[in-house]
Formats: sequence, structure tokens, C-alpha cells
Amino acid sequence: MESFELASLRAFVLGCSAIGAGIAMIAGVGPGIGQGYAAGKGCEAVGRQPEARGTIMSTMLLGAAVAETTGIYGLVIAIILLFANPLVDLIQK
Amino acid sequence: MDSGLDFNNHIIATFKLFGIDIRFTDTILNTWIIMAVLILFAIVVRIKLNKFKDVPETGFQNFIEAIVEAMDSFVSSNMGIKYKYFGNWFFGVFAFVLFSNLFGLLSFRAPTADLATTGALAFTTFILIHFMGIMTAKGSYFKAYLEPVPFLLPINIISEFATPVSLSFRLFGNILGGTIIMGLVYSLPAYVKVGIPAALHVYFDVFAGALQTFIFVMLSMAFIGDKIPEEMKN
Repeated sequence: MESFELASLRAFVLGCSAIGAGIAMIAGVGPGIGQGYAAGKGCEAVGRQPEARGTIMSTMLLGAAVAETTGIYGLVIAIILLFANPLVDLIQK
Repeated sequence: MDSGLDFNNHIIATFKLFGIDIRFTDTILNTWIIMAVLILFAIVVRIKLNKFKDVPETGFQNFIEAIVEAMDSFVSSNMGIKYKYFGNWFFGVFAFVLFSNLFGLLSFRAPTADLATTGALAFTTFILIHFMGIMTAKGSYFKAYLEPVPFLLPINIISEFATPVSLSFRLFGNILGGTIIMGLVYSLPAYVKVGIPAALHVYFDVFAGALQTFIFVMLSMAFIGDKIPEEMKN
């Protein structure tokens, strides 16, 4: 049976972690803008040069994947905060 | 968690080896199942290979030749015709990652939703990048770290280590994100679950899975090809 103080401390850390996970997912804005820009430019390129469709498509996917990386970092941090929280273990003592 | 949300990597058994706990998890079991399927398929193809004619007669031979040729042209368009033999390696990676990502469809846990699997795959790419860099570029491989100015050496080294990290996290994050969302949907009350999981499976497992496989293999090729000097590619 843990003391009331320790339990409220844990609750505080868990609540802050949930807020932190939510804030971490703001990182999703960047890849959204980046991938949309890549897709738009890809459409323009296909419109201008329809015969190079295959090359444009694979280059665009490559660029979109690289733009996605920062968003995935944010997602990984949010997942760690929610499901494998390292901060709660710090207040065991 | 007692809300029915379940996407964890279950530990099936624990062994003790030299005082270290070895955990036999879902990931290992599913990896072995996929390996068994792929090895069995490879053996079947090898046996049938003896009966292949110069001009394909069976649909099976057409199919095998089509996928091998697609992979070879994919590699040679990314890394140069001289390095077509990398198709042998990348075909294996492609098949393994694709089968892993699609494994979620059979209600198993995808092995690629574990950082250990994707980390191992990205580590082999890391080794290949630098092995090929040293083998082909020799002195200019090391010189490239001092460019554009020697002052940037630490940043160049960090960016080399960031390559496998971003490669593994991209695949891991995409597949794990899909797995968690599927787990959330499956923990909903039964009347919400009619038809919705099927549509989500098509997106997260089939579409995202195939796309991430393609991107993983293509980025690996691009990173390895990047270290090979341009004049050695033909």
C-alpha cells in the first residue's frame, strides 16, 4: 500500500506524461505540410511531363518518406510516454 | 491495462542462458514462422528451377522471372548496373519486411512492430553502407567526412549514425502506430466493430505496409549507392 503522497505524485507524473504525449504529436503538422507540398509538386511534374510518371512517383515517395521522419520521432516519443513511461519509475522511492 | 486494449509483445517463455534471461516473445515466434514460409518457398523454387525452359511455359516460371527482373531493374536504376547483384540481398529484405507487415492481417503481431527487428535490418544497411563506401571509394570515403570544412567532422559522424536510426524508426513507428490504432479499435464495444476494422486493415496493413517496405528498401539502396563514387557505377 503506497502512501497518499506517493500516489498523488504518480498521478501527477502520469497526467503530465499524457499532456506531453499530446504535445509531442504536434510534430505531425510538419510532415503533413511537407508531404502535401511534395505531392502537389509531384502532380505538377506529372502534368508537365506525363511520360516520366514512374520516376516522378518513386522520387516523390522517397521525399515524402524522408519528410515523414520527424513526425515518426514525435509518434515514438508519444508512444513511449503513454505505454512505456520511464518517468513513473523514477518516483518509486 | 484492463480496458481490453492489447497490442503488446507477449513473452511466451523465458530461458536462462549464462545467467541472462532470454525472452522468447511473439516477435521471435512470428519471425520464425515468416522465415519458415520464405525458406520453404525458396526451396520449392529451387527444385522447380531445374525444369525451367529458356522460353517460359508455365505461369509459375513467368511469375518468378517477372519478380526477379523487377527487383534487378529496381536495383540497377538506383545503384547502377554494376551493382545489380545487390538485388539478391534486397529481394530477401523486401520479401521479409513485406510478409512481416502483412502478418497483421492474420491477427498475428507484425514482427516489424518491434524495434529489435527493424533495428537489426537497419544495422545491416549501416554495415553495407560503410563496407561498400570503404571498398569502392577507398581514400575519398574518409575525405568525405572532412567536407565541406574539417570543422564539421563531428556533425558528419552524427549524421552517419542518424541514418540507421531514422531508417529503423520510420518502419517501426509506422507499423506500431497501425498496430496500436487497430488495438484501440478492437477494444471498442462490439456494435462499433462491424466492417470498420476491415477498412482500417486495408489501410494500415496492406497500403502502409507495402509502402513502408518499398521505402525501406529504396532508401537503403539510395544510402548505399550514395557512398559509391559516380564513375564506378557503370
